[in-house]
Amino acid sequence: MATKASRSAARVMMAPAVILLLGWMLVPLIMTLWFSFRKYLPLRGGDLGFAGFDNYTRFVTSSAFWPAVQTTLVIVLGVLAITVVFGVLLALLLDQPMWGQGVVRILVIAPFFVMPTVSALVWKNMFMDPVNGLFAHLWRFFGADPVSWLSDASLPSIIMIVSWQWLPFATLILLTAVQSLDSEQLEAAEMDGAPKLKRFFYIILPHLSRAMTVVILIQTIFLLAIFAEIFVTTGGAFGTRTLSYLIFQRVLESQNVGLGSAGGVYAIILANIVAIFLMRIVGKNLDA
Amino acid sequence: MARAVSPRRKLMNTTFAWAIGLLIFFPILWTILTSFKTEAQAIASPPIFLGFDWTLENYSVVMERSNYGRFLWNSIIIAGGSTILGCIIAVPAAWSMAFVPSKRTKDILLWMLSTKMLPAVGVLYPIYLLFIQMGLLDSRAGLVIVLMLINLPIIIWMLYTYFKEIPGEILEAARMDGAGLKEELLYVLTPMAIPGIASTLLLNFILAWNEAFWTLNLTAAKAAPLTAFIASYSSPEGLFFAKLSAASTMAIAPILILGWFSQKQLVRGLTFGAVK
Amino acid sequence: MGQIQLKQVTKSFGETQVIPPLDLTIQDGEFTVFVGPSGCGKSTLLRLIAGLEDITTGHIEIDGKDATDLVPAKRGLAMVFQSYALYPHMSVRKNIAFPLKMAKLDPAEINRRVEGAASVLNLTDYLDRRPGQLSGGQRQRVAIGRAIVREPAAFLFDEPLSNLDAALRVGMRMEISELHKKLDTTMIYVTHDQVEAMTMADKIVVLQAGVIEQVGSPLELYRAPRNTFVAGFIGSPKMNLIEGAAATEHGAHTIGIRPEHIDVVEDGGTWQGTVGVAEHLGSDTFFHIHNTGLAETITVRAIGDVSLTHGDTIHLNPRLDEMHKFGADGLRL
Repeated sequence: MATKASRSAARVMMAPAVILLLGWMLVPLIMTLWFSFRKYLPLRGGDLGFAGFDNYTRFVTSSAFWPAVQTTLVIVLGVLAITVVFGVLLALLLDQPMWGQGVVRILVIAPFFVMPTVSALVWKNMFMDPVNGLFAHLWRFFGADPVSWLSDASLPSIIMIVSWQWLPFATLILLTAVQSLDSEQLEAAEMDGAPKLKRFFYIILPHLSRAMTVVILIQTIFLLAIFAEIFVTTGGAFGTRTLSYLIFQRVLESQNVGLGSAGGVYAIILANIVAIFLMRIVGKNLDA
Repeated sequence: MARAVSPRRKLMNTTFAWAIGLLIFFPILWTILTSFKTEAQAIASPPIFLGFDWTLENYSVVMERSNYGRFLWNSIIIAGGSTILGCIIAVPAAWSMAFVPSKRTKDILLWMLSTKMLPAVGVLYPIYLLFIQMGLLDSRAGLVIVLMLINLPIIIWMLYTYFKEIPGEILEAARMDGAGLKEELLYVLTPMAIPGIASTLLLNFILAWNEAFWTLNLTAAKAAPLTAFIASYSSPEGLFFAKLSAASTMAIAPILILGWFSQKQLVRGLTFGAVK
Repeated sequence: MGQIQLKQVTKSFGETQVIPPLDLTIQDGEFTVFVGPSGCGKSTLLRLIAGLEDITTGHIEIDGKDATDLVPAKRGLAMVFQSYALYPHMSVRKNIAFPLKMAKLDPAEINRRVEGAASVLNLTDYLDRRPGQLSGGQRQRVAIGRAIVREPAAFLFDEPLSNLDAALRVGMRMEISELHKKLDTTMIYVTHDQVEAMTMADKIVVLQAGVIEQVGSPLELYRAPRNTFVAGFIGSPKMNLIEGAAATEHGAHTIGIRPEHIDVVEDGGTWQGTVGVAEHLGSDTFFHIHNTGLAETITVRAIGDVSLTHGDTIHLNPRLDEMHKFGADGLRL
């Protein structure tokens, strides 16, 4: 199906997408690189000249840097672990014969449609508020002291909110994969005398590995960029400042564009490391 | 894997699954219920589940306080515009990659996907500056462009996986039948890929609708969509649960309804075409 | 009109050359069959003629005009694909009309031609159905209909019958042959099935590894195969190819004798062996014979029902005047 004519047509048809994405990637990237070497304070004198690697060293040596990296990783890994584990369990449950499967599926998918700002606000106020939140009522009902979730258990709270948003996605992809599992394979294993748990670990789990890769890839892309959930709930306080949020604060709140841009370059490098790592796995899995 | 099971087992499955389904759905349900309560009932202790005086007052207060219609309209224009524009650019690109693959196709696809991983904050300021320069700040056109660009890789990837399922012989038949490239795309490929294109459009509409970084940072008053509308309730209005709930319900209702009516396409779309 | 000429055509995929320089002329109105084992390049050759693949070097001429660089749409050829390649989202009517719509004919003319093709192909009752609602044979007819309405210079068929069951295949074979008689247009037909080739072709092109082994009418190939490959490929059951002493005796490296040219005799034949499998078809009986000292298995066709079974000793007399002799290079002597 490849003639010279179709190949050149393909190049022409791909050009707009490639050029747009290349521009979208390179133009801001080059600007960010440029700013990262300048002392640039828009509200306090503007561009104050070349700064060398000053911004880079300042950004890494600031006391906020490593905690931010750590927070980012904890949130991403925490959400991934929760959504994948519960996603597998939920997918297996939803695959069982039952009444009203379609309705249950709708109920489970629903959180995915909720915009992050809404879910963050609803969780923060109506559930996690230490006085009037539903959790506070529940805790009091059992005679316990209500917890100030977003200040005392800030990271777990955020992980829980974000997991609630992404669990539907993981469940759905894994459910699709479970449904494509050949039941004869399971029956053969049953005939061979493999007990339930063994069937799960040796047949179901390997079958789901491709779907899990997809879940992990797509979620990581989105999780590295979570913003609204933190912006709305804690504003980066109580140890919930991710790397993204730290840069956001440097650029917009303290208006230090040079410093923020250096941070941006670090974030881009970090994202690329993750990207290369993920692309390797996905690239292998994509052929199937 | 559906096998005949005993009714008792089925009942157990049903009970368990419904319990979990309702648990997951509960925050949304609670928000919708609370939106019909008075403020006093909304924070009553112990919480009132259904036995409250239903009122629409919160909705009218929220409508009065801010121009919901304008936010809604901005959301529709921005999400719809970016999705359609993205699709127009993505269909030819996905055609190229699916039907005229070369050694580099996979690399290009992965590179496109990797642009999605660039941290938005890393480039926020440059984009901000460019937007000021071009007069796009706080404009719907600007957001349409940005959201189109951030979703383009996903649109291309999804369309690519759908197109790959279409046998190449049919496109070759079209060529033999005298169709040029334009006719091949317009009369053969696109109609055949309608289900895939529909799920792609739908999913990306939702992603764009819910996008809350660029929409919050690049808009002020004029072009702000529903994400900004709801963010204005973060504090101290957030403590008025009933009004917060009403506003939240209004922000998510369009998508929830759209999602439920097009469940089938969405389930397919949600898997990003990657899992069959 | 529909004369197709290939001049020194080659095709390479990357480093590997799948078709070495090849010359071939297909005359106007001829039914030509490309036949060969799978992977012999016959489909590639068809796709080169169609324009779905670029040729690497050489020229293709259609009716004397250079078509090497023409896109498929401009070559005036119609193709029937193995999978039929019907447009699943269009009705049968729209499928057949598609090439005419692409040629921007006026609607009345399109309608007239579609109705005409439908009545020729017995599709009139199905015009408003979708391809998904049709049987395999009907889909095949739609694919043919889509090809004939264009009144192309030549038809290209890419293993069109391989997705049909055996009974339908025989029927469609006849229909395609009759269609050819009626339209009198050039047809190029690709198949791996030598029975299809023998029954339908005016001219058979036997291909192996991209090389033309022989070109000729079915009976020419049957009577005078140019080499051992063609000898073994054309004819069913396959010709017995015998090397060694029995061949040297006749002054050849290899001798070939068809199963139908060996007589079963009561006693004292030239050759003898043990019956392995006997296939009783009623009209004929096929014996697969071992322990002849000639080749591992010798196949023999006997007329009628001959009552020899597994393990019996059988006596054979080859008809010497029907024997083919080949040299050490495999070529006919």
